[in-house]
Amino acid sequence: MEHIVIIGNGISGITAARHIRKKSDLNITVISSETKYFFSRTALMYVYMGHMKFEHTQPYEPWFWEKNKINLIQDYVEKIDFTNKSLTLKNGSPISYDKLILAVGSKPNKFGWPGQDLKGVQGLYSYQDLLELEENTKNGIKRAVIVGGGLIGIELAEMLLTRNYPVTFLIREESFWGNVLPKEDSELIMRHMKEHDVDLKTATELKEIISDSNGRVKSIITNKDEEIACELVGLTAGVTPNIDFLKGSDIELDKGILVNEFLETNQKDVYAIGDCAQFKQHPKKERKPIEQVWYTGRMMGETVANTICGKRLAYNPGHWFNSAKFFDIEYQTYGWVFNTPIENEEHFYWEDSSRKIALRIAYDKDTRLFHGINLYGLRMRHHAFDKWLTEKRTVEYVLEHLKDANFDPEFYKSYEPEILNEFNLKNNTYVKPKSKSWKRILSFNS
Amino acid sequence: MKLLQKIGLIIFIIGITVFTFSPFIGSYKVTNDILKSTLSEQQYANLSEKLKEKLVGKRFSYTWEISSVFVNEYEFKNETFKNKHEWDKVMHDNPQDIALSITKSSATGFYINNILLFFLISFGFGVLGAIMYFLPDVILLGPPGIKNNNIYRRPSTNRGLIAYFVFAYLIGFYILLYFYPAQLTNQILLVNPLSLLLNGHPASRWFLYGVLYCTVMLTMAVRMYIKYRHNKYQIVRTTSVLFFQVAFAFLIPELLIRFNQPSMDFKNAWPLNYSFFFDWNINNLLNSGAIGAFMLFWGIVLTLIIVPVFSYFYGKRWYCSWVCGCGGLAETLGDPYRQHSNKTLKAWKFERWIVHGVLVFAIIMTAAALYTFFTNENTLLGIETYSIQKAYGFLIGSIFAGVIGTGFYPIFGNRVWCRFGCPLAAYMGIIQRFKSRFRITTNGGQCISCGNCSTYCEQGIDVRWYAQRGENIIRASCVGCGVCSAVCPRGVLKLENGPEENRIIENPIIIGNDGIKLNL
Ligand SMILES: Cc1cc2nc3c(=O)[nH]c(=O)nc-3n(C[C@H](O)[C@H](O)[C@H](O)COP(=O)(O)OP(=O)(O)OC[C@H]3O[C@@H](n4cnc5c(N)ncnc54)[C@H](O)[C@@H]3O)c2cc1C
Ligand code: SF4
Ligand code: SF4
Repeated sequence: MEHIVIIGNGISGITAARHIRKKSDLNITVISSETKYFFSRTALMYVYMGHMKFEHTQPYEPWFWEKNKINLIQDYVEKIDFTNKSLTLKNGSPISYDKLILAVGSKPNKFGWPGQDLKGVQGLYSYQDLLELEENTKNGIKRAVIVGGGLIGIELAEMLLTRNYPVTFLIREESFWGNVLPKEDSELIMRHMKEHDVDLKTATELKEIISDSNGRVKSIITNKDEEIACELVGLTAGVTPNIDFLKGSDIELDKGILVNEFLETNQKDVYAIGDCAQFKQHPKKERKPIEQVWYTGRMMGETVANTICGKRLAYNPGHWFNSAKFFDIEYQTYGWVFNTPIENEEHFYWEDSSRKIALRIAYDKDTRLFHGINLYGLRMRHHAFDKWLTEKRTVEYVLEHLKDANFDPEFYKSYEPEILNEFNLKNNTYVKPKSKSWKRILSFNS
Repeated sequence: MKLLQKIGLIIFIIGITVFTFSPFIGSYKVTNDILKSTLSEQQYANLSEKLKEKLVGKRFSYTWEISSVFVNEYEFKNETFKNKHEWDKVMHDNPQDIALSITKSSATGFYINNILLFFLISFGFGVLGAIMYFLPDVILLGPPGIKNNNIYRRPSTNRGLIAYFVFAYLIGFYILLYFYPAQLTNQILLVNPLSLLLNGHPASRWFLYGVLYCTVMLTMAVRMYIKYRHNKYQIVRTTSVLFFQVAFAFLIPELLIRFNQPSMDFKNAWPLNYSFFFDWNINNLLNSGAIGAFMLFWGIVLTLIIVPVFSYFYGKRWYCSWVCGCGGLAETLGDPYRQHSNKTLKAWKFERWIVHGVLVFAIIMTAAALYTFFTNENTLLGIETYSIQKAYGFLIGSIFAGVIGTGFYPIFGNRVWCRFGCPLAAYMGIIQRFKSRFRITTNGGQCISCGNCSTYCEQGIDVRWYAQRGENIIRASCVGCGVCSAVCPRGVLKLENGPEENRIIENPIIIGNDGIKLNL
């Protein structure tokens, strides 16, 4: 029987393994160096914050792997011999494969800052990073500096603040996550960060990290020559594919492992999925060649499983969606909303009086075609927007049926009237909200 | 703020210490009059001789000095009668109960003379201190939102020493309450004035339990209101359980007693209210005129019509998380411990056996009780029907629901009874699973498998298992507390009532991946 080897037990590798098992009896081996069992990387923060224990981040009980005959090996793959189809492991004996899936994920970016390898300077990606953070803060710290204003940076800030460690947050752009979020959206989040006592420094870059006499960080210096004393520096300026061990081999690499739309690399029977894969040309033109989110890793895993099981399938993700949580404010997005309107596009932005709940809709000025929505402190149905985007609905249609999409818990205040009111005022329209219809909601799923 | 919390904690500890150690500050003097008024004629005839010699006229500092003498003598006498086959002389009451009546009436001295003062110090300080401890959280917790910070880093909420201490304390309290009530004499006396005011009678141990229950729920509800102040579902639900506990489980039954009516908790449905169909209860209701007849009628309608109809429309949450007293305590006092429920598949298998086992037990016991009521036969298939009732009352009513149900909070989570033991929950669970409009909808492909939902599900449901597959959560045991939805950082879960059509998705497809249209 064919032996399928998967390197990496993150969401993409494990999804591939599970789906191959669902569809076939092939031999499956998953090799990963970080932990024995699959865990949810996205939940690392909650372990440090004391919301969960590490074992709670593991979505499957240990018996699951045995029952489904998914062979797990905790080891590091040092080299791959693509001609003889065999892997060299750091500890175990070599393993040969018939088909190989590379799902090796990412590692934190380091941009060659002076002092970036000092003690007390770290990224936040792996289980080992979590342990290191515990170690680095075990005696308490007086201040931490976080470099890089994206999703992982704000999570790290929240983590440290639950232990009452003051946080200074350096953001290179003018505003938080400014390459993705429009101005008002970003400002809403920054207001909330300040409410949580984050010391925000926008348009500020890290120049140098200064060491004390023990090789431990003592302070940092910004590009404005300000020195900030700190005992911890979090480097969270994005991630990059974790492919150093492949360099010099026959596999074609750029920033990541190059793949076609079938997730096939230039080596026969070798595939790459998840954070480490880079499309030569993304099947969806508006998307970036490397997608480093949970959901796309999962979808690539589902896709490659079909191919392995004999049904060659191209990666064809549906409408874009994503979500995050910025301290207490939940964020969801469906479709595309860019930080500035694209050509012939209009943005409608609404914020409630608390200034913590907001919504932004992007649509075409002339055709009124709905492009996408950003939501803050509001939950909405994924199915609704997926359907509306497919059906190419107008912004007016979406607003009219907004109650169908509402996914907030019961008894929550309903904001639709306020939202529509403001839209009508701005646009001189008379859109009225339709009341919620279960019939329509059920039709989203079909 | 922190200081205020510390002072609050100290005041709380003073209160609870006085409450706990009050048995050590009393004094008791038994008189012949007391024996006459607390014992039945038969008991007095049987026991007074020895009791006069050993108890009357003496001063005691501790209740157990009296209760042990009394219980020994009672059992010794009964033993003797039985050996001599003098069956008509054998006494059939619970000696612990009588011992309590004696000790309550014999209290004298400083403690009983200043009972209001002690009430204020124990209950008053306890509540005041606890509230002083909780209130600063409005500011200390920061802006409203889910703040489960450090739950797994604190010994009190992560099975540390403090948790084991609370565990032992609660178990100890329940054992005394159910089996050795005389040792709680001084605590019961604390609420005596309140009892006289409300129902016109001296406080019983159940009155103390009722007052404590309401006090604890009220105080811990303050904590819930602060913790979940951003979540209206939690606020409304907490208010509802609180209302049903204070009004329906406590005030109305007490007032009914005051007006010489049979007392009844109108929301307590059979089979949770397992003694409802016992012959003494039915007879009592039938002998109490129109109001008794109404109560009987209501009890039957509640179980046969209201419970299934409401469970059809709203799921069992309408009862478990909105009305029930056991649920009410679990959701207030028990909230800090909800993460300790066992999430393994094994625990789920065990749960299904045992909770349905208790339901079957309750049905058999009740059928036997009704058989006795209608036929006046005391045995069924050679088994005494009373003995089934007694066994149920002891094993399920006291040990499971009380000692284990509440005592186990700090270690095994707050819904041990509701999940593994409650026959009413089992009954409603069957409806919820197979014929109900309630479900927890999963929001498409948004789940990141973080595990917050499963961790904080008090019923040990592995919510994530469903959420990450895009499958709705339809589980018999879900009590609809809404906490999984509250703690989910990605807005994936929504409790809702809707058409039955498509409620259960057998083969879910996670949307977002247009390449995959069928999940085979
Ligand atoms: C803190 C944090 C929060 C995040 N939050 C979100 C979020 O909210 N939403 C979202 O969409 N995304 C989030 N992400 C991104 C998301 O987690 C990643 O996109 C996703 O986990 C990538 O999965 P993967 O399977 O491709 O790789 P990984 O999960 O990185 O798995 C790769 C595995 O392969 C192992 N490996 C690598 N090389 C070797 C080798 N040579 N030998 C053996 N093993 C090897 C690695 O040790 C690792 O365990 C977050 C990421 C982080 C770090
Ligand atoms: S599934 Fe959710 S609502 Fe149901 S009991 Fe668990 S946490 Fe509560
Ligand atoms: S809490 Fe939400 S995101 Fe996390 S596992 Fe549960 S449903 Fe998924």
